[in-house]
Amino acid sequence: MKRVYVNEEWCLGCHLCEYYCAFQNSGESDMVKAFGRDEKPVSRIRVEDVDGEDGIHFAVSCRHCDDPQCVKGCITGALSIKDGVISVNEDKCIGCCTCVLSCPYGAIVIDEGKAIKKCDLCVKNGNGEPACVANCPNRAIVFEERG
Amino acid sequence: MPINYIYPKYDVVRDSTRCIKCGACMRQCANEVHSYDDELDVMKSDSMDCVDCQRCVSICPTRALKIIPAENRLRPNGSWSQDDIYEIYRQAEGGGVLLSSMGTPKNYPIYWDKMLINASQVTNPSIDPLREPMETRVFLGKKPGKLEFDRKGKITTKLGPHLELNVPIMFSAMSYGSISKNAHESLARAAEELGTYYNTGEGGLHKDFYKYGKNTIVQVASGRFGVHEEYLNAGSAIEIKMGQGAKPGIGGHLPGAKIREEVSRTRMIPMGADAISPAPHHDIYSIEDLRQLVFSLKEATNYTKPVIVKIAAVHNVAAIASGIARSGADIIAIDGFRGGTGAAPTRTRDNVGIPIELALASVDQRLRDEGIRNDVSIVVGGSIRNSADIVKAVALGADAVYIASAALMALGCHQCHSCHLGKCNWGIATQRPDLVKRLNPEVGYKRLVNLVNAWNYEIKEILGGMGINSIEALKGNRLMLRGVGLADKELEILGIKHAGE
Ligand code: SF4
Ligand code: SF4
Ligand code: SF4
Ligand code: SF4
Repeated sequence: MKRVYVNEEWCLGCHLCEYYCAFQNSGESDMVKAFGRDEKPVSRIRVEDVDGEDGIHFAVSCRHCDDPQCVKGCITGALSIKDGVISVNEDKCIGCCTCVLSCPYGAIVIDEGKAIKKCDLCVKNGNGEPACVANCPNRAIVFEERG
Repeated sequence: MPINYIYPKYDVVRDSTRCIKCGACMRQCANEVHSYDDELDVMKSDSMDCVDCQRCVSICPTRALKIIPAENRLRPNGSWSQDDIYEIYRQAEGGGVLLSSMGTPKNYPIYWDKMLINASQVTNPSIDPLREPMETRVFLGKKPGKLEFDRKGKITTKLGPHLELNVPIMFSAMSYGSISKNAHESLARAAEELGTYYNTGEGGLHKDFYKYGKNTIVQVASGRFGVHEEYLNAGSAIEIKMGQGAKPGIGGHLPGAKIREEVSRTRMIPMGADAISPAPHHDIYSIEDLRQLVFSLKEATNYTKPVIVKIAAVHNVAAIASGIARSGADIIAIDGFRGGTGAAPTRTRDNVGIPIELALASVDQRLRDEGIRNDVSIVVGGSIRNSADIVKAVALGADAVYIASAALMALGCHQCHSCHLGKCNWGIATQRPDLVKRLNPEVGYKRLVNLVNAWNYEIKEILGGMGINSIEALKGNRLMLRGVGLADKELEILGIKHAGE
């Protein structure tokens, strides 16, 4: 299965993936409009930074684990696996954040007062390639099949 | 002193109706032009240190940015441009030599644009490169005057070492130190895939790149940095750098700040120490001395590698080239005055040397007149902008060309002319690790391959249009060129007729 992999060697810490992710999931057609509202769209990918000349940056998003703790832990059955992609049914999620605590990568995002948000590899909204990957300026994240 | 105040050259303009305050511009500008004010929740910019590298513009996800020339003007003056006056202020303040980088931005004539290429009509058929074979392979090195065969038809003439190029384009010398390791890796991998060569420049060869040796030209310059036996034998050819088009007659100076651990090891000099290449080679004061170095290098490599001598195009270039051809060198590389550099004194870059087109024409003619043209191949560089320039260069007599500025542009260079500041926002002319990583060689090498393949295809198309099916057949074929708007003397030097003749 194709997954998002991180080449931290090439990550610049520009954070653009976060903005493209949030935009892609906002349902808006214009990025300026998506971020123009008081309520900002949230990103499912997060960039960790250690700044400085020898700094380290890498983007973290859902690993789509083979044996996902989040799905096991979810108390309402809002998280499910389909073709290896783990996604959330926002109508079922009650925002208890059990999954947030159980994900070993911290890949699940809290969206204050709403259903949790997580990466679904842009299968619902995308056009084949996850938005973060398509817009990374340095191929620091890639979408590919690995053994 | 208020006299020293120099108004910024550019205005950074942010369209606040488009900016989403993502901060990417701020994180990507090494000149720290952009900042975020969290109290006011606004992105701000101070254009004082902007060099117009276009990094922020290119990366802004909402196209909120543009860089425009600052409108503040000193009182207009036909004799004294604003730049002239500001340069005086700068020197009056600091008392130093002005430094610049890349090729001269001055408006000197570009002879490539004053020559037009011929094509077949009616009486001689043109060739479609998609349907018929078309050869752009080139061999560089000494060519025998005649071939001898034994009774079985086997060639008995001894051929000297040569370089085989799939495309008539090589990447010219750029040292590791002046450009980043990732830029070098991109060039090396592209050269390998294209079946051509890149050139180490005078900075030695990083140990990770020995594996590209088959596609490497190793350079020996006046500083002799990083030169040792293994290095000489690592490449496919050795280039002696006598001069560089951007700064003929002067040496080089890589500031200590760029000499970090790996550069220091590769160059075999202490970390943080300035790397100074003397203006002359201190052991070369004549063609005879040059001959000694040529043969020392051949001896060191067991006569298996061709030796290139690279010179800047200067006034008496033809006579110098004639001497080089007699020194035992296999290839002469001539670098025109528009060539780029990582750092050069501004006055030298902008005022010394001659156009490569004229230099090439006169060298080729001189070597032909003296009957020694086959003893050497000619490679020209320092202003090749596109495939048409290459076709014209070959028609004027070049065997192949060197490209460098164009190669860097393929890697992202936006010609901000600030290489000497060491903060290249595109990860090319810098050694700062956070900037170097902006150039992913995986991306970079493919872009170089694309560029050269595109040019090579265009060359084939133009050749086909002339009814010629190999680049060799165009070499020195000046009848395929016509001048436009050139004076008699210029036509005479270029050895071409005027359009309409
Ligand atoms: S867009 Fe790419 S380079 Fe930028 S932070 Fe994300 S992963 Fe890193
Ligand atoms: S959210 Fe975390 S636990 Fe669940 S599949 Fe993704 S990485 Fe694995
Ligand atoms: S120096 Fe480059 S990145 Fe910085 S503001 Fe100017 S154009 Fe943008
Ligand atoms: S990159 Fe563009 S959108 Fe982002 S803060 Fe800068 S100007 Fe605004």
